[in-house]
Amino acid sequence: MDIIALTALLAASIAAGTAILFAAAGELLTERSGILNLGVEGMMLVGAVLGFIVTVNTGNHWLGVIGALVGGGIMAALHAVVTISLRANQVVSGLALTIFGTGLSGFLGKNYEGAPMLYQFKDLNIPVLQDIPVLGPIFFQHDIMVFLAMILAAGMWYVLYRTSWGITIRSVGENPQAADAAGINVARVRYFCTISGGMLAGLGGAYISLVYAPTWQQNMTAGRGWIAVALVIFALWNPTRAILGAYLFGGVEALTFRLQTMGIHISSFFLVMFPYIVTILVLVLVTIRRRQDAGAPEALGLSYDREER
Amino acid sequence: MLKRIPAIEMSGISKRFPGVSANDNINFKVYPGEIHALLGENGAGKSTLMSILAGLYRPDSGKIKIKGEAVKLRSPGNALEAGIGMIYQHFRLVSNFTIAENIILGTKNKKIGINKEQIESDIRSFSSSFGMEINPADKIYQLSLGEQQRVEILKMLYRGCEILIMDEPTTVLTPGEVKELFKILRTMAEQGKGVVLITHKLDEVMEIADYVTVLRSGKVVGDGQISELDKQSLTRMMVGRDIVHSQAEGKKQIGELILAVDNLNVKGVRGNRAVSNLSFNLYKGEILAIAGVAGNGQKELIEAIAGLREIESGSIEYEGEEIQHYNVKARAVLGIRTVPEDRIGMGLVPNISIMDNSILRSYLQDEFKKGFLLDYPKIKEYARQIISDYNIVCSDIHHPVNYLSGGNLQKLLLGREIDGNPRVLAAAYPVRGLDVAASEDVYNLFFHEREKGTAILLILEDLEDVFRIADRVAVMYQGSIKKILEVENTSIDEIGSIMLGAEVMGEQYAEV
Amino acid sequence: MPKFRLIRREENSTLVGLMTPILSIIMAFVLGWLVLDLAGFNPALVYRKMFSGSLGTYYAVSETIVKAIPLMLAGLAVSLAFKMKLWNIGAEGQIYMGAFAASGVAVAVGDGSPFLLIPLTMLAGFIAGAAWGFIPGMLRAYGQVNETIITLMLNYVAIYWVDYLVFGPWKDPKSMGFPLAPILPSGAQLPVLGDSRVHLGLIFALIIAVIIYILIQHTRWGYEVRVLGESQAAARYAGINVAKNIMLVMLISGGIAGIAGMIEVSGITHRLQQDLSPGYGYTAIIVAWLARLNPFAIILVAFLFGALIVGGYAIQIVGVSFAITQVFQGIVLFFLLAGELFIKYRIILIKEEAG
Repeated sequence: MDIIALTALLAASIAAGTAILFAAAGELLTERSGILNLGVEGMMLVGAVLGFIVTVNTGNHWLGVIGALVGGGIMAALHAVVTISLRANQVVSGLALTIFGTGLSGFLGKNYEGAPMLYQFKDLNIPVLQDIPVLGPIFFQHDIMVFLAMILAAGMWYVLYRTSWGITIRSVGENPQAADAAGINVARVRYFCTISGGMLAGLGGAYISLVYAPTWQQNMTAGRGWIAVALVIFALWNPTRAILGAYLFGGVEALTFRLQTMGIHISSFFLVMFPYIVTILVLVLVTIRRRQDAGAPEALGLSYDREER
Repeated sequence: MLKRIPAIEMSGISKRFPGVSANDNINFKVYPGEIHALLGENGAGKSTLMSILAGLYRPDSGKIKIKGEAVKLRSPGNALEAGIGMIYQHFRLVSNFTIAENIILGTKNKKIGINKEQIESDIRSFSSSFGMEINPADKIYQLSLGEQQRVEILKMLYRGCEILIMDEPTTVLTPGEVKELFKILRTMAEQGKGVVLITHKLDEVMEIADYVTVLRSGKVVGDGQISELDKQSLTRMMVGRDIVHSQAEGKKQIGELILAVDNLNVKGVRGNRAVSNLSFNLYKGEILAIAGVAGNGQKELIEAIAGLREIESGSIEYEGEEIQHYNVKARAVLGIRTVPEDRIGMGLVPNISIMDNSILRSYLQDEFKKGFLLDYPKIKEYARQIISDYNIVCSDIHHPVNYLSGGNLQKLLLGREIDGNPRVLAAAYPVRGLDVAASEDVYNLFFHEREKGTAILLILEDLEDVFRIADRVAVMYQGSIKKILEVENTSIDEIGSIMLGAEVMGEQYAEV
Repeated sequence: MPKFRLIRREENSTLVGLMTPILSIIMAFVLGWLVLDLAGFNPALVYRKMFSGSLGTYYAVSETIVKAIPLMLAGLAVSLAFKMKLWNIGAEGQIYMGAFAASGVAVAVGDGSPFLLIPLTMLAGFIAGAAWGFIPGMLRAYGQVNETIITLMLNYVAIYWVDYLVFGPWKDPKSMGFPLAPILPSGAQLPVLGDSRVHLGLIFALIIAVIIYILIQHTRWGYEVRVLGESQAAARYAGINVAKNIMLVMLISGGIAGIAGMIEVSGITHRLQQDLSPGYGYTAIIVAWLARLNPFAIILVAFLFGALIVGGYAIQIVGVSFAITQVFQGIVLFFLLAGELFIKYRIILIKEEAG
């Protein structure tokens, strides 16, 4: 493969990884506060369909982005009410959210299926930087959402590890009893993180329907929400590792599309299987190589009841 | 004497939990500069009352005044703002965080970004101003329980607490550390802070407190200046009668060797070496107590004996046979039975019935089998028999085991193990959290087993209990047994100093 | 403003336990009404169509049963895993793998006695589904790998695998270009009831429900599963082999889902084809949870959700997307989860803020 093709592949990896990065960053924030939300797929789909519908009807893709944020946030709020206030099983609630979101997006998007997206984000080529050979085209010739995802994940690292907000969020995920005793409102922090996480998942969905594959199709996220959940484990709950991981998964997807043009003839069905198999392999390797649970917030998945004795 | 305004005044506090009235119309006052002991048995409602003051629980009724002003404490945050800090029996520290992070956790901060070095040096100088030397960059999980307690105290002082509540602070400390803690508390009182000490230990009350309030079954049964009270009257208030401790009759003849543990090494949960080069012998018909500060490998030792934790090296010989490679089942069949520290969650299965729990260790026995099914009529009969043999109070054996009270849970667990005819019975913290009556029931079961010639190994946290219950005591420190002593020939002070790691003079028992 | 507080009940309420599933379904219809109304449909008309399409006629009821059979089997499958708190959400993939193996074996063996062919295809379906459940089970047992994600990823792999076969090597030359595998020999096809499509799979589902009930409630192995589902530490203390049971339960769970795939092929489509399942594997999760993992309740609840699926097809005539059925499923599950709180807690109104 020549350098130009490689450059194009790496640039495509970043574009393909962006949706996963938004969703994974959102899930990471949620899980850092101790809430496991397996509804990422559902939230992404609702974000994708709302982003699409709003954009088509208003002609403004920024309004579409807002629509996706709101949609993802409302979906996550459902999960938050059920798991934080009503202390329900987080796994089952997440599954309910995925089923609900899948249905709702299919229902809402029925009349938009296959419609083209006419309003698109333009590539924002960063002056000077984009002219660096090889690196320029890989990193600095993308639409604004790609940069936003990078900045967001990096910013999340800063907030989690270098600010008092970060200490607060992490303490709630590690030991809610301790956080509560220190005067932190555990439920409020968890609501905040869960809803923000859902908004990011919605944004990830909208990136697919508005930018990456500009159209609406039922179930168009095709398991990326679940890949995002796996990515959080891969990232050891660290946002900077999530950036790397998202682009790695993006690379797998980008490669899938290019294998055939590279003269490798595999049935297209095996190619589409590829990202899922890679996810399984990566998850297995990462989990087995390190000590179990390393990096996971200690109270992840557990509801908190102050008066529980 | 001038009329002083109490720092804290609680009046008419009531709080119910399912099935129990934890606090019933309680009045409680603390004055500035006072060390106030809140005395009572386990389950008397002390922790509940103080958790209300700390904003953790909300009372069903009652009023709280701070410095004469009525307040509503809806959360621990409210209480902290009002200057009330509570240190719980199980510390509320984030173990993956550093000391510094734990101390600044929840403090209001104007700046968003944090300067780690700045904060750490602030905390370093703050702590040394109280005479406590710590390294703020250490992670909590690296610290001993005594050090963690100091972090908790610092955290409260850093938040500017005027009232410090400590729930049974001495249980995790060696006698030496207790003295240090009391020194710190005395200093705080001299600075005008109020200290509430929740305890069930009379000696502590007599030693440190200025004033005592005694609770029994959720009610205040007495209070007064320590100088005007004696141990006997306090005991009577606390228990409602004079305690007649059961004690086995006469000196028992110690039998033959049954269990020999030699040079045992066991890894802990975090991969550290929890038990190191540990050796001891256990004889038929004796009670050997293990004393030591919690977290010195006791739990891992019991699990290794039970077969629940793999050992790295060393041997466990039972009746002359090496059994360290046998699994839990095989050991139980041989007659090695254990009562784990975690009653509900390991010893008993939560959310399944009392009946099902009664066969947890014997469900594979043929007597409970009929064809290829379990013989439930027989299991029912068996569960009923356990219930009546061990005086367990329960309304229905089909109810989830969680419905039982702490004492009944322990009797079910211990009864079930004893029913398996153990020849070695090892129990971790068998009376933790139980009131005097239930504790006596549990100890009597052990005495009865000893009569039958069973070898008993107990991990106990209360040194007074050690002297009352055991024939011999093994002192554990940093994963090994430093010395084994006949209880008649030793003292609390001697054990306490070994618990702290003092060099053992003369013959080193642990080195075989 | 009135203030509420949650108070833990002394004993879990059985009344609330029975009421919540029923109320959840009612609430789903109430909210569904709003959703339909907001989307500009006539909810009354939609509900009428839904009802008549799924339960209104003899034929409709028979179709509801047809859809309920795979839900029963898949629901039983996942309930077994859920009992041990293993989140097998891979029933969908296990169904596809079961269908693949059953179809492959039946076509390869050729025609013969149904008494030979049906058990044989069932075994093939079971083994393939079991293998698909065993992979995540083994990874979980020995590597602590998150089984939720693995089972879900394997769904995609299984679905694309079947797609590959029916578009590629297994494509029937007589299918006129459609992505269909060859028809099963008649001996491998399940007998049906009268002129309906209700097939022998119903009896299989009922038998499996009884077997699961007896296994779980009345055998030593079931006892081990129940203990393990509540506490791994207690299970180890009782000498129960945790890893072995995790693998075994995932294997059986996958196997039963595999049978669901087999009966779809041998009872309904009579050949392997694309889109064999309209998400039975996912709906089964809700069926199992709504039935509180009770095998007999699963049979009943599966029937209701069979009706929902058939009703969902019926309302497409008036322009409502089939996806609305998933909206219903999600809402039911949310209300059910919310309702579980009230089994354990009472809500009280506080008159005056104390303390």
